[in-house]
Amino acid sequence: MDTLLLSRIQFAANISFHILFPTITIALGWVLLFFKVRFNRTKDRKWMDLYMFWVKVFALSFAMGVVSGITMSFQFGTNWPGFMETVGNVAGPLLAYEVLTAFFLEAVFLGIMLFGASRVPGWLHTMATTLVAFGTTMSAFWILVLNSWMHTPAGYELVDGVVVATDWWAIIFNPSMPYRLVHMLLASGLTVAFLIAGLSAYRWLRGDRAPAVATGLRVGVMLGAVLIPIQILAGDMHGLNTLEHQPQKVAAMEGNWETQSHVPLLLFALPNEETRSNSFEIGIPSLASVILKHDPAGVVPGLNDFVAEDGTVMHPPVAPVFWSFRVMVGIGMAMLVVAWAGVYLMWRRGADALPRPYLWGLTGMSFAGWGATLAGWYTTEIGRQPWLVQGVLTVKEAVGDIASGMVLSTLIAYLAVYAVLLAAYIGVIFHLARRGGVLYEPVASPGMQPVTRAGVHPAE
Amino acid sequence: MFDPVALPFIFAALMGVSILLYVVLDGFDLGVGLLFPFADEDERDRMIASIGPFWDANETWLVLAIGLLLVAFPVAHGDILTALYLPVAVMLIGLILRGVAFEFRAKAPLGHKKPWDVAFWAGSLMTALSQGFMLGMYVMGLEWTWAKVGFATLTAGALAVAYSFIGAGWVILKTDGALQRKAVDWAKGGIWGIVLGMGAVSAATPLVSQRIFDKWFSFPEVALLAPLPLVSGGLVVALWYVLRRLPMEEDRLAWFPFVGATALMVLGFCGMAYSFYPYIVPEQMTIWEAASSTEALSIILVGTLFVLPVILGYTVLAYFIFRGKATKLSYD
Repeated sequence: MDTLLLSRIQFAANISFHILFPTITIALGWVLLFFKVRFNRTKDRKWMDLYMFWVKVFALSFAMGVVSGITMSFQFGTNWPGFMETVGNVAGPLLAYEVLTAFFLEAVFLGIMLFGASRVPGWLHTMATTLVAFGTTMSAFWILVLNSWMHTPAGYELVDGVVVATDWWAIIFNPSMPYRLVHMLLASGLTVAFLIAGLSAYRWLRGDRAPAVATGLRVGVMLGAVLIPIQILAGDMHGLNTLEHQPQKVAAMEGNWETQSHVPLLLFALPNEETRSNSFEIGIPSLASVILKHDPAGVVPGLNDFVAEDGTVMHPPVAPVFWSFRVMVGIGMAMLVVAWAGVYLMWRRGADALPRPYLWGLTGMSFAGWGATLAGWYTTEIGRQPWLVQGVLTVKEAVGDIASGMVLSTLIAYLAVYAVLLAAYIGVIFHLARRGGVLYEPVASPGMQPVTRAGVHPAE
Repeated sequence: MFDPVALPFIFAALMGVSILLYVVLDGFDLGVGLLFPFADEDERDRMIASIGPFWDANETWLVLAIGLLLVAFPVAHGDILTALYLPVAVMLIGLILRGVAFEFRAKAPLGHKKPWDVAFWAGSLMTALSQGFMLGMYVMGLEWTWAKVGFATLTAGALAVAYSFIGAGWVILKTDGALQRKAVDWAKGGIWGIVLGMGAVSAATPLVSQRIFDKWFSFPEVALLAPLPLVSGGLVVALWYVLRRLPMEEDRLAWFPFVGATALMVLGFCGMAYSFYPYIVPEQMTIWEAASSTEALSIILVGTLFVLPVILGYTVLAYFIFRGKATKLSYD
């Protein structure tokens, strides 16, 4: 295999592994703040129980996010030197602002948030929690600004093949940024909603009847039920924005080869790049035109418009984009059904009398948010190919000249480490759930303690 | 807009400060990890507790340093990192193992604590060795020949020992009783590594580069620079003297090994910075040749000047909140 392909796989593996954890911490920080504020207001211990359980998940996820994030920042240099050499004048300041405004904030106040509760006044601990949540969101903001700029670059000019910034306002608020940011923040919220609901359901099924379990179920399901319709709307708007700025990506998502009207919404298809057509397709007539153009006769751009005169293909590989888009939408629809069914069941029966199959369903969807988030990122990032920065720099131009054997060896090492860590992470999360969030280590400080109350409460 | 000649210099200085802060701050974290095999389980818990609230922020200085290299000197960034591809990968995997082991060892099922302790130690070792190796390769001009790789292997070992030394100094400062006495012994062992490592780098740098030789050994530079090695030597003697008498009544001078080790690292760093200035890729590319556009540097500098004092402020706050001897970490 060649260095380009290996470097791409390596970067994809690293960034896929990395994004799992920020997806949890971005929203979980705010949910922790919610638990904390609820406890401050009501003095009801179940809120502190919830905080204590989820702060451990947060700490673990945060550590995973930090270490995998550092890997990313080095890979720009080790594998993609052309990226910074060409667009460094834009990407550099954005990354610098992320480190300065977000990274340090999160990292310093995380220590106080995790271990400082007995050392600082309550208000300072609540403030530390707020600042950590704010920091993770700021971090997401800067990264999404840079990522969006790579899709829809604006506010720059090319001087001797190097990008020079001309308008920072236009760079930061580039055309796809608001949509992408909202879409990602909502994805994080949904991931956390289903994680909380799923683990709470799992604890309930295991016979844990701590008050925090039913409350966790309610919070998770309600959060999911509220966010999923907003996410579907935001995703639709993001798609329309993509149609405007990256029509070749939407063409690949729809599996549409020819620019035409009355484009069907394909539910299933086998895109074939050899024949430049779909080998097989099942679709709903004209629905893609309706969704994208709000008119059955609306003209939707096709992939064949993005082949240069000399036959160079300037659109993304079709099948991966087509399928990851469907996986994302499919998981989103499942979330809609499950969350709303949950609200209905809770309304009819109460959070403590949900049917067991439903609870198993929730448990199975604990990490559904990860699936949808990854599928969504694959759709948009593979959909950007062959460009690294749309219209400015191709992936091929940016790759570093490193022996392919060397990239292969590091790739194997990363994959091995990531596989072990992912298994350990999921294992530990369910282990924490079985233990009701109590660590084995004795807790030294007096006062509010999870030890006495949190063990597994036997089912009635 | 800032002065286009001054800007690259300012950024080189900022990057230098970040690297120095990283080497000192994460240096003691990594050192604590390196000393893990010499401690029993209870001592390990206390050692972890002494760095638990800080390590994440400490590691962020590395992110800032590499970020500054990336944003201020993009061309050098690519050159240096592609030349150091393998040691960088080893370091990253080491940092991953070390960072997650903190969490996993406390949260994993009971029987899994030992393997995560091993991962914590192995991760710290991989990180320290690869950083030392990269330092050596950098000093040698980033060329992969047997002699230069040999030198880099030596600096790899030396930096690992130096980290252990400052880590031991940190444990002396943050603990008491039997563990503190143990840490004094570790420090006594580590001090020779520091002498060897600093000696090797100091001897090799002027030998590989005539330019650096001239910078140090022409008059009046040689007289002006004399305090650097002299103060370093004095510090080593003082450290040895104090370490032989620790622990003292009322914990007097327990701070000295850590502060002394920090001072040694600062001195060594100043020497290196003097040697390499104005090059960012040794003997090949100066900071002005590698710098980003004035416009991009200006916009980062504005933010940096505004934010850096705030970062330093809340870093100090964190160290203040967790001051004193380390107690068992708890979430309450």
